[in-house]
Order: sequence, then structure tokens, then C-alpha cells
Amino acid sequence: MADYLPHTDEEVASMLAFLGLSSTDELFATVPEALRLAGGLDLPSGRPEPDVLAHLEDLAAANEGRADRLVCFAGAGAYDHEVPPAVRALAGRSEFVTAYTPYQPEVAQGVLQAVFEFQTMVARLAGLPVANASLYDGASALVEAVNLGAAASGNPTVWVSAGVHPHWRAVLRTFAAGTGHRLVEVPLADGRTAWPDAVGAGGRAPGVLVAGYPNYLGCLEDLAAVRRLADAHGALVVVAADPVAAGLLRSAGDWGADVVVGEGQAFGTALSFGGPYLGLFACTLEQVRRLPGRLVGETVDLEGRRAYVTTLRAREQDIRREKATSNVCTNQTLMAVAAAIQLGWLGTSGLAEVALRCARGTHYLRESLQGSAGVRPLTGSTAVVRELAVRTEVPARTVVERMAGEGFLAGVALSDLVGDGGDGSVPAADAEHGLLVAVTERRTRDEIDRYVAALEKAARR
Amino acid sequence: MSEGAMGDQAMGDQAMGEEAFTTAAAPGGRAASAPLLGHEAEPTLFELSRPGRASWQLRTTGVPEWPAEELVPAEHRRTEPVALAEVSERDLVAHFTRLSHRQYSVDLGAYPLGSCTMKYNPKVCDTVAALPGLALTHPATPASLAQGWLALLVELEEALCEITGMAAATLQPAAGAAGELTGLLLMRAYHAARGEDRRRVIIPDSAHGTNPASVTLGGYEVTTVPSDERGCVDMAALREVLGPDVAGIMLTNPNTLGLFEEDIQAIAAAVHEVGGLLYYDGANLNAILGVVRPGDMGFDIVHMNLHKTFATPHGGGGPGAGPVAVAEHLVELLPGPRPVRLPDGGGRQSSRQGDEPRPLVDGDRRGPGEGHYSGDHRSLDEVDMRVDAGVGPSQALPAGTVPHPAGTRPAYGWVVPARSIGRVHSWHGNALVLARALTYIEVHGADGLRRVAERAVLNANWLRVRLRPTFDVPFDRPCMHEVVLAAATLRRRDGVRALDVAKRLLEEGFHAPTVYFPLIVDEALMIEPTETESPQTLEALAQAFERIVADASAPGGAERAAAAPRTTPVRRVDEARAARTLVPTFDARP
Repeated sequence: MADYLPHTDEEVASMLAFLGLSSTDELFATVPEALRLAGGLDLPSGRPEPDVLAHLEDLAAANEGRADRLVCFAGAGAYDHEVPPAVRALAGRSEFVTAYTPYQPEVAQGVLQAVFEFQTMVARLAGLPVANASLYDGASALVEAVNLGAAASGNPTVWVSAGVHPHWRAVLRTFAAGTGHRLVEVPLADGRTAWPDAVGAGGRAPGVLVAGYPNYLGCLEDLAAVRRLADAHGALVVVAADPVAAGLLRSAGDWGADVVVGEGQAFGTALSFGGPYLGLFACTLEQVRRLPGRLVGETVDLEGRRAYVTTLRAREQDIRREKATSNVCTNQTLMAVAAAIQLGWLGTSGLAEVALRCARGTHYLRESLQGSAGVRPLTGSTAVVRELAVRTEVPARTVVERMAGEGFLAGVALSDLVGDGGDGSVPAADAEHGLLVAVTERRTRDEIDRYVAALEKAARR
Repeated sequence: MSEGAMGDQAMGDQAMGEEAFTTAAAPGGRAASAPLLGHEAEPTLFELSRPGRASWQLRTTGVPEWPAEELVPAEHRRTEPVALAEVSERDLVAHFTRLSHRQYSVDLGAYPLGSCTMKYNPKVCDTVAALPGLALTHPATPASLAQGWLALLVELEEALCEITGMAAATLQPAAGAAGELTGLLLMRAYHAARGEDRRRVIIPDSAHGTNPASVTLGGYEVTTVPSDERGCVDMAALREVLGPDVAGIMLTNPNTLGLFEEDIQAIAAAVHEVGGLLYYDGANLNAILGVVRPGDMGFDIVHMNLHKTFATPHGGGGPGAGPVAVAEHLVELLPGPRPVRLPDGGGRQSSRQGDEPRPLVDGDRRGPGEGHYSGDHRSLDEVDMRVDAGVGPSQALPAGTVPHPAGTRPAYGWVVPARSIGRVHSWHGNALVLARALTYIEVHGADGLRRVAERAVLNANWLRVRLRPTFDVPFDRPCMHEVVLAAATLRRRDGVRALDVAKRLLEEGFHAPTVYFPLIVDEALMIEPTETESPQTLEALAQAFERIVADASAPGGAERAAAAPRTTPVRRVDEARAARTLVPTFDARP
């Protein structure tokens, strides 16, 4: 049976002879004898592709909750958006899939230009002049934004709205152990950040402010207030913005954000159990020399033809080493290419339409739930654009379990995001009973109607 | 075999290689046949745009069509739509297809880019990644409804631990650099838990740039240790910089010169003696699969690049995956939640998934106070190990499915390790990349993985000896999966630099090797052929290099080299101008 290794036995023998060796073991003569693995790895023997594929198909089939079996109302940063055949076909082209980082621009214009177009679209979405070539996911983009903000302001104190996605805040905490940034969580009051008027006793003024737009509970934050607060302290504003809602909302850059980050999965990437996703990162020109990761710029070749190349390379780890702005090397280029294709497919009118349809569906859901005995809104009556949090009579995890039996992935239990004890975004009781529900442009009126009917039952004791 | 014997007696017998591979009749691996219809620039999507054109088609929903004005308050509402391109689907497809034709890739030809392990990416892995049961699962799906995914992740973790000789692993890090930083934070947490404040991490001067950058972000200072004349860590120099303030050392083994650090046991002993930890940069793991394991060498923390060693496609710069495996004494520090096989095939009846340990300090609920999450960790006993099985009573899996054939209780759940450093990814890592890697590992198995290492090392050594007359070989002893050659003599003699050689190789229809790395080699050409290139391809590559060097010494050679490449979609690009006059978006064009 074949594997992916082309050498015939005769060729191996010939090559070994060319090296003056008589066995492949001798290739490893520099590995101390005592360290060499006797008896080989304790793994099964190799199996033919069809057998392995069958195993993986079995595993895939065991995911009962997948979005082609249950109607997906779950969001929390991962959304069931349309990924059309054209985008799948183009993003799946092996020239994009099997290329390496574009270190040789003369033979990498395809990826470089696609990323240049991606950067342009992300910058326009964010309302800022520069966007990078991507980061790992929304959380990693936020970490990098906070690193940039603290470096730019020279102040490592970071006020983070509790309305920022709980997992992203968790990742921020993890990496702050290394950077030493002081993270201060600013709680929500009725779904929106209760920014303090002044630095409390013993507190420190912020160098960076971080807010969500909309925040993870679906509420629209007052970004003008964030900008004013930042200006009062000489701080930078980082906004974690939903790039789909940006099709409907004033851009975060327009509100005065210095850095806008986001999760780009919604543009051309399937739910994928959480990855690979796409970290979006845009900033002001003033901060471009602190930009993390790769940046593609336009230039010309020897003959004056337009060409693209990774630029401002002196920021990057392979040149600047321990003084680099970031350690990011491999990013999520293929997802960035997919996003460029998806945004090209949507175009000006399509993005606006998707954003509007999400808002309509979410609004329709909220209207439909009015008067339900077991379900009420968690956050008052602020506008909703793609997601809303509700409070269910029974614990939300129970609701999700029950709803799966009715054919729905009902949403994400807040306790799965913030823990049973709640956090600055919701108190413990709301954490247990809070359910985050997302409605994308793929949800039909019929699905929403059936969902509401099922939820009214599932949410009650 | 004595050191240096490799190839010595066969050196005069070069024809043997050529005959055996009949390369004259069947040159392999070159992409010079790729048809390129022209050399014009492709317009951007924005230039192809015509107002009013569109591609999008969305599902009919029947949802009431309220205008935006009724949904979003005026102060939040966008007044103008985000201006994107407006193109037909036909133009969109043509545009990105043309761009794809302007892109080199593994599927097109050989990609001997050192340190990047650009091996063939099996297509079966694409099929796996597209399986609806994997691709369409939401990351917050309760564990009971995602048993296949949890089983897959656990199987992969177990395989990676066996391959590296470690106790447990986190699959969350999205790339190698993310793995490095995760590993350094684990190192930090380990020392902090022992009440130790260590400040320095040692890195060889041959290390990848991500290493020192990660060290800084991990809150440590870099101490560089030089390589000796053999290209390995200078033991005497290492002993000099070791001390009680050393948190650990980051090593790539084989190192970036493609050489195995033969003194690794002594290095491990010396570092452990001062209480430091050993971090293994898995960039070069491909060389040692099934031959020797980082855990057996004495490493405490190991990251792997699944997009290198385990053939997940690199995507033009990602996605990768950088799982981190650790020795027993670090398991309780791993990021969480982790997928686990439940001990009794079942667990508590709850559906918790993303349940995080509580932060050390929350902001004051009444207003910001101090929340300092740096180095010293939370009181480490306050979070118990949590087992979250997520049993949905009405959605028990049908009996007989793979994950838990025994009945209704799921076999897999999530845990947050007792002293977890916390989450390092929005969700569970680059899951579809992980699925591809598991597929690759299962197809190869123990025997196949070992063969991968053997052929990778065989190919690299064959090229080392084959190209010995052509380039400098700064460390001419048996290498592992890659060989570092140098164009130093060529530059002195003919004025042709490593960069020129790289550009000339593009004209020959091959991707270029890595150049100017490692930094300690003058005019470095770092060549990693990988195991999936045939001997014919290697011979064709060697002949291409020979033609380049021969042409360099012919009249006008330096000029021709500096003018290369001439056959590519664009010629040498003006990088200085790109940096000087920054045009990062279409809107910034002059």
C-alpha cells in the first residue's frame, strides 16, 4: 500500500549508498544511543485512507448538536452565517490552501493581493486607516490590542468592560501574567458598562479602555463616553466590535476608537467547533509601527508594475526578536482570504443586507417572546442587532438540553461563558438563568416561530 | 558510523545518484511548466467594482422587513453603507482564480523552505475538515452533543503525548508562537507556585525569532547562549549563564542548523540542576518522529507545529496549530477547559463547558479598583478540578456510536485543571486543523511516522552531499531534516548573494529556500526538502542550483542574478518603497 512517501526501496538503498550508509538507522547516528526510542511509538500501525476516513466520519456523526441537525440559535462570537458555494470553492483552491507565508513576493502575489484587499475591507469596516493581515481569533486580537495600547500610552493599567466576551477577557487575564498589565474589570449595569466618573481610592488611571460594540450581551455601548473617559486619562480606546453588526452600526473608528478588533469567523468560515477563526485588527496610522503581526503594502516591481509585499517588517519577531511588537508569525491567512472573498461576494449592499436581516430576526425574536411566561429579556429594552440575552425560569443549561430534543441549539448558557458565580457582566442568578440567543440572516420566520413556541415550554418549570 | 563519514566515500560517485533516478528523462517537482498567460497586474476587486452590481443571494426568511430606522437608534446607526466592492459572482470567481494563479504552493511544486516543513498535504485531510459533523458544530455545543469532537481531541492529545513522550497537552494554542507563549506562561506559573521569582530564559543564538519575542511577552529577559564551532549549544557558555534566576531554556532540537544537539542530556541535567525547565520548540519535530522523543531527552514543555510536522496545510500563512504538551509536574497548570475521557464513562449531570476559574481579583463592582493579574498566581487551591460532562437526557447518543457505546452517559467531558493558567484561545483551538492532524497521524501510524522522519533526514543529507561542490557547507556533518548551506563563497567570488540565488531558483520553477537564517550563518541557504519530495525532484533541484552557480561565474552573471526573477508574475519588488510610502489599503493609494 502506498503512503505519501515517493521513494522506492531501490531509491532508498541508492541514496543511502550515496551517503556511504547501509541502513536508515545510521541516519540518526548523532542521536545518542541511550535516547533512541526502542521499539518505536506506542501507536497503532498506519491504516489506509478509507479506513481512517470512516473513523473520522463516525466521530463527526457523533456530534449530535451540529448546525445541520439542530437549528442554530447559538452565537457568543461564533455564528451560523451563509457561506456560499462560490466562497467555499475559491477559498478551497489549493494555491491558497497549500502556500506558505509570502516570504517570496514574486511568487506570492495571489495571497498578498488577497490579503491587501482583506486589509482594505477590514479597515473600512472598522472606520480606521490600517488593518493587519489577521491574528488567531478575536481573543488574540484583543490581547495584541491591549499590548499596543499599553505600550502607546505608557500605562499598563487596562480598564476592561465586563461586556467584552468572557472568554476574551479570560485570555486577556492569562497573557497579562506575562506582560504584567493591570486588568481592571468594569462591571455592567443593566447590560451596559458602568464606567466610573473618577478613579476610585487606591485605583490607578487607565492607559487603555476596552469596550464591546455591541457588547457580548448584545447591548450597544456608549462609545462616546468611552472616548471622553480615555481622553481624560490619556488612554487609548480599544473596541471589540462585531464586524457583521458594523454593516448597520456607526463604525467604532468613527466613534473614536484607536484600535478595533473583532472575530471574523462570520465572513466565510464555518462554525468549525471554534477554529480556525479569524482575528481582525485595525488601528490608526499613528500606531502603525506598533501593529502586531503581518502587514501587506502595495509597491512596484523592477518594471514598475503594481506589486504587493509584507511591509514594515522591522516590527516583526524574526527581525526585531526580543524587541518585537508581538511574537505572532503564522496567523490565519487562509481565513483572511476567505473573508476577502466573502466580503467581495456580499459587496456593499450584501453586507448591509446581512446586518439588517440579523437585526430584524433578533428584533422579531424579541417581539415574539414578549409576554412569554418563562422567558424575559435580561437587559431591559436597548436595541438589539444580532444577539440578545434572556432570562429563563429554569436554569439555561436545562433549557439548552431540552431544546436540543426539540431540534434547536437554543443558544449559549451564560454560565458556560462566565461560570456559575457570574461576573461583572451578570450576577450569579442571571448567570444560571441567562441564555444568549443569536439570530443570523439564515434563520427564517418559521424557525423563529417554532423556536419561540418550544422555548416557552422549555424555559418553564 | 563515524561523524562526517556520511557521503565521504561516495563523493566521487555522483553519477550513481543521477542514474538511479533517471532524472534526465523525468525531471521532477518543478513548476516551470505552469502556464502563465501574461505578466500584467491583476486589478483589485475595488477596481473591478461597478455600482449596483452584486453577487449575494440570501435565504428567503419571511421575517418582517423593518427598516433600519425602526431597529437601531439614530446615534448608533450608520448613515452610509460600508463601501465594499460591487462585483458579479462571475467576476469575483475570475478575480480570485487569477490571483490563485499568481501564487506558488505545495500543490504546484517543491517548496524547500527551511524550517517550514512544506511537505505534501494529503487531500483526505481536506475531506475530513469538510465533514458537516465537524465543520458545522458550534463551539459552545454542550459536551453531550459534541462527543465526537471531544473524542477526536482526546485521541489527538493522546497521540501527540506519545509522539513527544509527555504526560498531557493543551490543544488550544493556534500556532507555534502561541504555543511558545503558552509554554512560557506555564513555566512562569510553575515557578510562581513554588514561590520562586526567576527572571531569565536562555535561548541559543540560532533560535527562531519567535523564541525571544515570546520570552519578552512571557515577562522574562532573554539571555543568548552562543553556538560552538560544531553548530550546537556551547556547553561551557551555557554553564556560565546558568544560575538560580534562570527560569528555563528554549531549544529546538534538531536545531535550526538542522543538527541534533548531541549534548542534550548534559544540557537538561545542567538546566534542571539550577531549577530551570526545558522548553522544546517543535518546529523541527519532523526529523525525529518515532526516533527520539523530547520527553525522553529531558524536556518539560513541548510545542508542536501541526502545520509543519503533521502536514496540515499552511494556508498562505496560517491557520496553524501549536499544541503544548507537558511533563507530569506541569499538567495541573495547563490551559482549560481540556477535553478528557471521563474515568467511568460518565460524569456529573451538568452541561458546563466554558466554565472558567474565577479571576484572582475582579474589578470593584462599584468602580474600578486594582486588579493585578501578573506573575503571582491566584491562591492556587481555590479552583477544584471540574468535570463537566453535559448530559442531555433527551439527546443521549444512539447506542453503538463511537464515543460511548456503553449507554447514555457520555464518555468525554471538559475539565479545567486545578491550577490552570487560564484560557489561551477564544474556544478550543484551531479544531479543524486538529482534525486534519489526527487524520494524518492515523494514516501513518507508528511505522509511517518513523518512515517520515527517516525519509526527511535521508533527503536532507542527500542534498547536503550532492550540493557540497556547489555551495559552502558551514557545518558539514550529518544533518537531520534540513541542511544549512551558504553562498558566502559565491558572494565573494561572483558577487551573487543568497537572496539572488533564491530569486534565481524561482526562475527555475522551484520555491526558494529560507535565506539569511539562521542569523549565525553568513549568506545562509536553509534547505528543507521534506520527505514527500522524490529523489528525482531532489536531483532536479540540485541541478537547478548548479545551473545558478555556473551562471553566476559566467560573464554578466552577477547582473543576471540581481535581475532575477524574470519569469514570475512580478519581478523583484521594491520593499524599501513599500515601507517608505506605506500603502496598507486600497484607500491609501496615492
